[in-house]
Amino acid sequence: MDVVWLSRLQFAAATYFHFLFVPLTLGLSLLIAVMETRFARGGDPMWQRMARFWGQLFLINFAVGIVTGITLEFQFGTNWSRYSAYVGDIFGSLLAIEATAAFFLESTFIGVWIFGWKKLSPKAHAVVMWLVAIASNLSAVWILTANAWMQHPVGYTISQAAGRAELTDFLAVVTQRAALMKIAHTLSGAYVLAAFFVMGISAYHLLRRQHQEFFRRSFRLALGFGLVFSVVELIQGHMHAADVAEMQPTKLAAMESHWETGPQAPIYLLSIPDEEAGRNAVAILPLPGALSLLAFHDPSAVVQGLADFPREDRPPVLITYIAFRVMVALGAYFVAVALLGWLRRNRLEESPWILKLVLFSIPLPYLAIAMGWTVAEVGRQPWIVYGLMRTRDAASPIAAGQVLATLIGFIVVYGLLGMVAFGLMVRTVRKGPDAVPAAAGSQPTGAAGVR
Amino acid sequence: MLLESVWFFLWGLLWAVYFMTAGFDLGVGILLPFLGRDDTRRRLMLNTAGPLWDGNEVWLLTAGGVTFAAFPRVYAFMFSSLYAPLMLVLFGLIIRGVAFEFRGKLPELGWQRLWDVCMFVGSLLPALLLGVAFANIFRGLPFDGQGYHGTVASLLNPYGLAGGVLFVLLFVVHGAIWLSAKCDGELQRQAAVVAGRVWWVLLAVAVVFLAATWIDTGLYGNYLAHPVLWLVPLVAVGALLGVKRCLLGGRYWLAWASSALTIVGVTFFGVIGLFPNLFPSRQAPDTSLTAFNAASTPRTLTLMLVVVVLFVPLVIAYQAWAYRLFRHKVTAATLDHEDVY
Repeated sequence: MDVVWLSRLQFAAATYFHFLFVPLTLGLSLLIAVMETRFARGGDPMWQRMARFWGQLFLINFAVGIVTGITLEFQFGTNWSRYSAYVGDIFGSLLAIEATAAFFLESTFIGVWIFGWKKLSPKAHAVVMWLVAIASNLSAVWILTANAWMQHPVGYTISQAAGRAELTDFLAVVTQRAALMKIAHTLSGAYVLAAFFVMGISAYHLLRRQHQEFFRRSFRLALGFGLVFSVVELIQGHMHAADVAEMQPTKLAAMESHWETGPQAPIYLLSIPDEEAGRNAVAILPLPGALSLLAFHDPSAVVQGLADFPREDRPPVLITYIAFRVMVALGAYFVAVALLGWLRRNRLEESPWILKLVLFSIPLPYLAIAMGWTVAEVGRQPWIVYGLMRTRDAASPIAAGQVLATLIGFIVVYGLLGMVAFGLMVRTVRKGPDAVPAAAGSQPTGAAGVR
Repeated sequence: MLLESVWFFLWGLLWAVYFMTAGFDLGVGILLPFLGRDDTRRRLMLNTAGPLWDGNEVWLLTAGGVTFAAFPRVYAFMFSSLYAPLMLVLFGLIIRGVAFEFRGKLPELGWQRLWDVCMFVGSLLPALLLGVAFANIFRGLPFDGQGYHGTVASLLNPYGLAGGVLFVLLFVVHGAIWLSAKCDGELQRQAAVVAGRVWWVLLAVAVVFLAATWIDTGLYGNYLAHPVLWLVPLVAVGALLGVKRCLLGGRYWLAWASSALTIVGVTFFGVIGLFPNLFPSRQAPDTSLTAFNAASTPRTLTLMLVVVVLFVPLVIAYQAWAYRLFRHKVTAATLDHEDVY
């Protein structure tokens, strides 16, 4: 395998792994901030115990998210040096702003949060959690803006003299629709994941009839959050796809395995792409005009097919197509489950089947998010910056052996790290809330655990 | 020209602040097997850095991010050329970061030992390799118009190694002083003794390094051209001597401040000597990457300057607040009564 392929695999491994941990922290940080605010306002210590219990799970994910994120910041230079040199004038500033304006805030205040339970008043401690939550989400906003620029580059000009892309309009980069859509889509997805995580773990304890009030409350807090954002995600996802239709026609065509340009483009309920032949091997159960309608809000609109594009400009179809369908199906499933939970919200423990459903649904938002990134990134191929720079032209001119060695290193280290983090999470969940050291004042000193 | 020069020194400042702040927590990690006789000791040591190390590490991320934004060609060429050492630094920081968080999660001795090893290796590798990397940058690297021709072995030349050792010693002294200021009893006493003893080694290595810099690099050129610049290395040397004086007087916080000034002084000694080079070539000096030929457009530099001027003072303010909030000593009682790792 050549350097480009190895670097792609390495970056894929590093980003997928990173984003197994980040979405939970984006949503859970907000939920914990709400819990602490409730405690600070009302003084009911259960809210604080909730913040502490969920905080432990939050921190395990936060730690892994941080260390894997720092690595990514440098990988554009190590593995994608030609990309970095070509677009650094625009892309680099977004990463630097992320570090300066957001990452500092979350990293500094997470230390204050962990160590500050007894040094700060409940109110101040809640404020610190809000800062961590807001900063984490702001961090995501900047990174997603940078990714959106790779999907739909704006606000730049190509300088022939300097041989690179140069920034002309920063506001265009940060306010473009592609960025706002991507931010809304990814953050909503992260919130759904966090909600299902909290609901699922609460369901685990409710099914065992332990800490019932504690987990009933946790469940209901997450349920409202999950219901709102799963509905938002479904509607917004549709708008996002309509934008993709306009901005990245090859990606949209791959998402639907759509080959022939024409009006009243159908969606086939079942199709199997044949990428070699440039058509669908199987395409049955068409919904006439559905693709035109969804993509352009007009059942007779013309939708460009992949056959219109030279082979070298087409993304891998099968992967994009499957990933998209799985993501959409799961998106609809989350709305259904959240609605079911909402209807039975006052009789949760009388509905063990709903609790079980929610418990076993914990992995699904993870899958949906991974599929979403697959659509976004594989669907963008063969471009690293859509229409501007090809992935094959972007890699560093370094020895393949080096990249292979670090790829193996990442797989081994991240594999072990993933297992450890997972094991610690399971352990924390099983132990339940009583394992958490009691808060200041609510227990005699000395009871706070030596860990 | 002015904008690029300002950015050059801001770039140096971010690295200096990273070394100054993270230097002590890296040093504590390196000292862990030497001063951490038992588990309580090791927990005391780690908890002196507990609330602060994460915020410290972001200065590295920002230095990297700013290199990308202000000098994209340097970011691209430096990090791909120094691929293997940089990856080792990153792997070190990964295992170290999770070691802080995971170590205390299980009571088993083997588990804690495992993370202690990660803490040590993950602290030593970045300290050593960043030193090796910067020394090699001072010296110039083997590349020309065709590309980079060096290997990991070529980085481990005597001057590069001296740079690595110098960084490790700077951070060890910095960390030992930090422990002297933050701990009490036996641990404080031993940390102060270690700081005092390693200080002599540091002094010797610093002298050798400064002399070798004269022989092996062109760093002194700027100083000879503008003698007023000698003030910077003089401050560094003065601060280093001040460290010893404060240590002898038992004024540990002052010693730490002096050590911080030493680190900033040493970093700026190199940065000023390098100017305007960011990534100089030893083989073909005309292909060196400089603040002028590798910078972003004035538009991006201005934008980033606004961001930095707005946010960095704010960052310093809230980090200073966090340092103040956790200024107390970390003692056995702290471990029992406070939220700690």
